[in-house]
Amino acid sequence: MPVKKFVVGCFDDEKTLFPAVKNTRKAGYKIHDVYTPFPIHGLDAAMGLRDTSLHTAGFIYGITGTTTALSFMSWVFTKDWPLNIGGKPSFPLPAFIPIIFELTVLCAAVGMVLTFCYLCQLAPFVKKDHFHLRATDDLFVMPLEVTDKTNVEEVKAFLKNAGAVEIFEKEAETGWWLGRYDKDKKLFEKEAATA
Amino acid sequence: MALKEQFEIPGGLKKWSYALMGLGLLTLILGIVFLHPFSGGHGEAHGEAAYGATKFWMALMHNGIFWLLVTVSSFFFVCATTLAQGGWQLSFRRVPEAISGNVNILGPIVLVILLSYVWISPDHNIYHWKDVEHVKHDAKLTWKSGFLNPVFYTVLSIAAVGLWMWFRNWYRKNSLAEDVALKGETSFYWKSIGIAAAFLVTYGLTVMSTLPWMWLMSIDAHWFSTMYSWYTFASSWVSGISLMMLFVIFLKNKGYMEYVNEEHIHDIGKFMFAFSVFWTYLWFSQYMLIWYSNQPEETEYFIDRIGAGGKGGPFKAIFLLNLIINFVAPLLILMKRGSKRNYTVVTLMAVIIIFGHWLDFYQMITPGPLKALEQQHKGASNSLGHFLYSLGISAGFLGLVIWNTAKYLTKAPLLPKNHPLVKESVIHHT
Repeated sequence: MPVKKFVVGCFDDEKTLFPAVKNTRKAGYKIHDVYTPFPIHGLDAAMGLRDTSLHTAGFIYGITGTTTALSFMSWVFTKDWPLNIGGKPSFPLPAFIPIIFELTVLCAAVGMVLTFCYLCQLAPFVKKDHFHLRATDDLFVMPLEVTDKTNVEEVKAFLKNAGAVEIFEKEAETGWWLGRYDKDKKLFEKEAATA
Repeated sequence: MALKEQFEIPGGLKKWSYALMGLGLLTLILGIVFLHPFSGGHGEAHGEAAYGATKFWMALMHNGIFWLLVTVSSFFFVCATTLAQGGWQLSFRRVPEAISGNVNILGPIVLVILLSYVWISPDHNIYHWKDVEHVKHDAKLTWKSGFLNPVFYTVLSIAAVGLWMWFRNWYRKNSLAEDVALKGETSFYWKSIGIAAAFLVTYGLTVMSTLPWMWLMSIDAHWFSTMYSWYTFASSWVSGISLMMLFVIFLKNKGYMEYVNEEHIHDIGKFMFAFSVFWTYLWFSQYMLIWYSNQPEETEYFIDRIGAGGKGGPFKAIFLLNLIINFVAPLLILMKRGSKRNYTVVTLMAVIIIFGHWLDFYQMITPGPLKALEQQHKGASNSLGHFLYSLGISAGFLGLVIWNTAKYLTKAPLLPKNHPLVKESVIHHT
């Protein structure tokens, strides 16, 4: 994956972050992402991200579970191995419903968790660059991508004006790699070099 | 921007509610003339004619109890959100407050209906347990007579309705006093939480347990189900939410309630969706346990409705329709985020849900009292005539609810602006 150059602005307050995100978009700079220590209501809308399709995926997984359970049990109890259980008919729909429900929930839940991990590129040993370690603690970090046409000094001045408490340039890996942070010197070396 | 915070009743609403009330009154008069409500009992006419009085009282009880429980559930909404210290509902809280005002009118009306049936009408097809001679020869009813007897029925009904009215009016008084108090005064807020907590206990002991057993389940006096009261509560609660939604949207369309936006509509829509599923959960739990254990004294309830052994019962169509419009329709239509934020869709769904649960009450009440008639003439217990008669009476109650709610809405500003959490509602987003 490509290594790109970023100008990173760090904010210590939601109240300055929201107008900063809005003004950055208005000024036409490209926001790579905003890293925050906790979920912030309305930030996705402010960044102009589209609604997630995760719930549509969830619906499809759920329907898959429903049809799997219903068709499998129907096949087993009517075609493959009909059993007389308490004199009930061999297609006892009410008795199937709890199992259909459980499988619907199971498929929807597990499917959505895995899809979520895939979309966020989260998995064991998958590592990504941190723009600022305090993004997991008390800082809102907004990296802006530097392209051919970007004037770095201008961006820095803009971020300063927008209320950033810390501004620096950084070259970062935009994709992911396999590794371990404690053995992976690369990440910290780069940080030491640019700081 | 000047807020339109004082509601004035528009002419259209006045006309419609009067027309509905007129229709209901006309149906009632026709019923008194043709159905002979105070005849019946032993040794009189047989066949269809003997059930005139039964049908008359059944229609009144069905609609009276349904609309009363729906309006009480509105107050349940107010109290539950108050106790949870919710803020989002404040921009429209005056609507459920006003709907719950109907308890002051419907409560006494329903008490008059129920008590005149129990004490005055000689008919005993609805409540077999009120016939003293019959109870003597019926071991099960003798055993239950400590709970199912006219005196205890009267005491519990009056106590329950009285407590609802008392708590509702106390809460309302406190809420109105807050409007004219000093800004920043929080004593009213804390007091409202106390009232809400006390009401919820009362509500739990009446609507969520004893009262549906007594008012509705005792129609099928031999049968019992521990899910029944929860099921009745779920029905009335989801209809109450839908009724609230209709009033909020009506006010919104008339240009009131500037602070209510699609975020609030979305949240009420979520309630409609969630509690439709909750209702189905209870419906299914009751049905499946009875179906599975297959005990004759339990299955008789469903046999009266959907029949058994491949033979369809008289209420099979209504029974299935009930499931479709109260579960499948809300599940599929209200599932999407966009449809919960669409005024047209939620209005349509609210109407469908209220009608669906009215139909649910219809099939809960009608088969039991007409059981003997059904045995004489197959299919006689579910007649179109009685359905339309019930619908006519319901129009009267609906008109009364609309008129009365509108009247209560005019009596106070639409925004409780001194409530400490009101800002939360204004900036609310999901």
